[in-house]
Amino acid sequence: MSTPPLPRWAEIGLVPVINLTLALLVSGAVIAMLGEDPIKALGVMLKGAFVYPGSLGYTLYYATNFIFTGLAVTVAYQVMLFNIGGEGQAYIGGLGAGLVGLALGGVLPGVVVIPLAIVGAALFGAAWALIPAYLQAYRGSHIVITTIMFNFIGAGLMVSLLGGPMMRAGQMSPESEVMDASTHLLSMQELLALIGIEIAGSPLNLSFPLALLACVFVWYLIWRSKLGYRMRAIGHSEPAAAYAGIRIPHMIILTMAISGGLAGMMSVNEILGVHHKIVMNFTAGYGFTGIAVALMGRNHPVGIVMASLLFGAIYQGGAELDFEFQSITREMVLVIQGLIILFSGALVYMINRPLARLLAAVLPARVEGEGGRS
Amino acid sequence: MNMVDAGGDKQPPAIELRRINKRFGRVHANRDIDLVVERGSVTGIIGENGAGKSTLVSILYGFYTADSGEILIDGAPVRIDKTSVAIDHGIGMVHQHFMLVPTFTVLENIMMGAEGSGLLAPAEMAARARLTDLAETYGLEIDPDALVGDLPVGLQQRVEILKALYRGARILILDEPTGVLTPQEADRLFDVVRVLSGNGVTVLLITHKLREIMAATDQVAVMRHGEVVRSLKTAKTDREELARLMVGRDVLFSAETTERQPGASVLSVRDLGYQDEAGAMRLKDISFDVRAGEILGIAGVSGNGQSELLDILSGIAPLQIGEITFGEDVFTAGRQADPSFLRQLGIAHIPEDRQQRGLVLNFSAAECAILGYQDGPNAGDRIFLDQARIRDRCQKMMVDFDVRPPSPELRAGGFSGGNQQKIVVARELAASPKVLLVGQPTRGVDIGAIEFIHSQLIAMRDAGCAILLVSVELDEILALSDRILVMNDGQIVGEAGRDEADPNRIGLMMAGIDPGSEARP
Repeated sequence: MSTPPLPRWAEIGLVPVINLTLALLVSGAVIAMLGEDPIKALGVMLKGAFVYPGSLGYTLYYATNFIFTGLAVTVAYQVMLFNIGGEGQAYIGGLGAGLVGLALGGVLPGVVVIPLAIVGAALFGAAWALIPAYLQAYRGSHIVITTIMFNFIGAGLMVSLLGGPMMRAGQMSPESEVMDASTHLLSMQELLALIGIEIAGSPLNLSFPLALLACVFVWYLIWRSKLGYRMRAIGHSEPAAAYAGIRIPHMIILTMAISGGLAGMMSVNEILGVHHKIVMNFTAGYGFTGIAVALMGRNHPVGIVMASLLFGAIYQGGAELDFEFQSITREMVLVIQGLIILFSGALVYMINRPLARLLAAVLPARVEGEGGRS
Repeated sequence: MNMVDAGGDKQPPAIELRRINKRFGRVHANRDIDLVVERGSVTGIIGENGAGKSTLVSILYGFYTADSGEILIDGAPVRIDKTSVAIDHGIGMVHQHFMLVPTFTVLENIMMGAEGSGLLAPAEMAARARLTDLAETYGLEIDPDALVGDLPVGLQQRVEILKALYRGARILILDEPTGVLTPQEADRLFDVVRVLSGNGVTVLLITHKLREIMAATDQVAVMRHGEVVRSLKTAKTDREELARLMVGRDVLFSAETTERQPGASVLSVRDLGYQDEAGAMRLKDISFDVRAGEILGIAGVSGNGQSELLDILSGIAPLQIGEITFGEDVFTAGRQADPSFLRQLGIAHIPEDRQQRGLVLNFSAAECAILGYQDGPNAGDRIFLDQARIRDRCQKMMVDFDVRPPSPELRAGGFSGGNQQKIVVARELAASPKVLLVGQPTRGVDIGAIEFIHSQLIAMRDAGCAILLVSVELDEILALSDRILVMNDGQIVGEAGRDEADPNRIGLMMAGIDPGSEARP
């Protein structure tokens, strides 16, 4: 019944690698069944994600979205809440960014409007998380259920806005007016061109460094701030938090607001960085993938960056597979992505026990040695 | 170490353990354990927390498998790798925390997991007959159709014992069985143990209470640091010797305390009442004063309203009825106090449950050392934690209170019970409180740490702190308190001064019996 604890280096370093390998093996088997060469497919995927001109930019552009939504899940997880509503919060966040951009773009200079639009994205995302948070904190409605529901409500709201009052005049597709050019976030290509470096075109823009900044912010928030201390106290033991005089409902609302704000900021990448207008379904499931990213990244900002890069590479490289092979369709790529999410997200703890047993059996002398040194 | 060699040629011992070893990572929880238990005997296993008692019985009951060593049941070597195997070998266990379904009847609980066929009715009939039979044989009368949740704790424990016997247990392991019982209920349990052993059932009694060993066992194995340091005939030893073997040195039994003149009332409670969510009145008409420089002890069996009282006084639970005065501040239903405000007023709280409340087990010791004081100046500025300061303060607390190992970075859950409690006590005393609320300060704490914590509480009292001490250990209340209140069913049923306190009288009051009206059973 007893299992020796898994060494920390194995949990952080080894488990994700094994999970990823398992996922690739199963994916390889699927590809082999389709009559294609798995090794060749892997090569195409890697080249598609990192080597072809502009591919790295695409990978990082996808990763930007995952970093934001992954961080959102991680922050909520600190108080033991599963924020499944990243998708909706990002979508509504896009409304915030877009409204600011549309209203103030061209009226005020870009350097003023862009920060305001970013704040708008965060505030709208936070607001969308607040209602489920309130219901959880004071009414005991389960946050998983309410945030899922709010994804649908958010999607419905956006459709009715984009297809109604916000629809671009003289246009048949449900999307807003284009924002003034001064509100467009600089792409990496333009930015690097300013200092004389030429790179291939990609949607990668200033949101990526913003996402990295958000990681630093979250790290400080969780492990160095008093707010984070309170959040973690609640997450690990609500009775202890109540004993310590931490106002739990208050903290739930605050934490969810931060979480929703981070999810909302994902829209900065899409709306201010790429589309320059509010379009339908720009969130494209990034909010849900953020859950897997947070799980795989062990709810740590560094892990989330790594996991986001991986998922970004899969998104980008997967698109290349579809392009390169006749028999591998877009749907097949989704299957492969799903397998990776399954193994590194949902089944993340599956191999912990057998691995711990194996390591304990293989490394007894090592444990002895460590005991002697301490 | 094998003390019963003389009788070896008659029948094999019920249990024989040979050189049992068990390691958890770096911890050698059981080291070369040899133990022989004769059939029909009552054997005590005593030791401080962390001495390896629980590991040993867990190996015997199949929760763990030993790394090396042999187990012989009735002389035959067996391999117990699952609890079901242990049950097949006639081993039954009564856990400290009961494993019963409160909404099932006694009969249903006893049958659970041994229903036999798919249909319930025939199994129930058979079970009823067996149960009547067992109850008669061992003198364990019980109503098979009573709901377990309605039974008093002592009878719930009886259901657990019957459950084990129903599964054919010939060896019964009782793990800290008296933690939740009144002294009288404990005495009745020991009567049952005697009947069981008279009928050939072998009993293993795991405890850290010396009195129980002396009262109920034939032989005793003393464990320390994972080893059996000595096996003894109970008749040939005494409390002092056992304590010395357990701790490895001499132990003071009564805390050194002197009469003191208490000062003015610091904490005053008037007509306090509390209704829980189910609508039951958990506290009724509670009034008392705690004065500066005195320890007011509240005796009572666990679950008689003491926890609710501490929760209300510390601001965790809402104040519904009555009035609480701390110095100048008066709190009523209309003016609630929250725990952080009370801490600012100088009220510290050592909670009953250190693992759930007093500590966050996944936090480092340093992080735990600011729990409750996280908004104060010792934790950092308004926004950020001051890591270095938190760490240094915790380091100092650990040295002052002899917490081992003195490593602030270590996870709180990794410390032993006694060391965890020392962290909590150190933190609360560091705030130099005017009022100290203390719940079960030494529950699950080893003897060495008990002594230390007691002396710290007395030092606080002597420094003028008003201390409210809630404990289910009557010995502790008697040893420390200047005055004693007895609680039963949410009410204060008696009061005694330090000199007039008689354990028997208080024991009866704890059980809700007016000592004047009824002779002792």
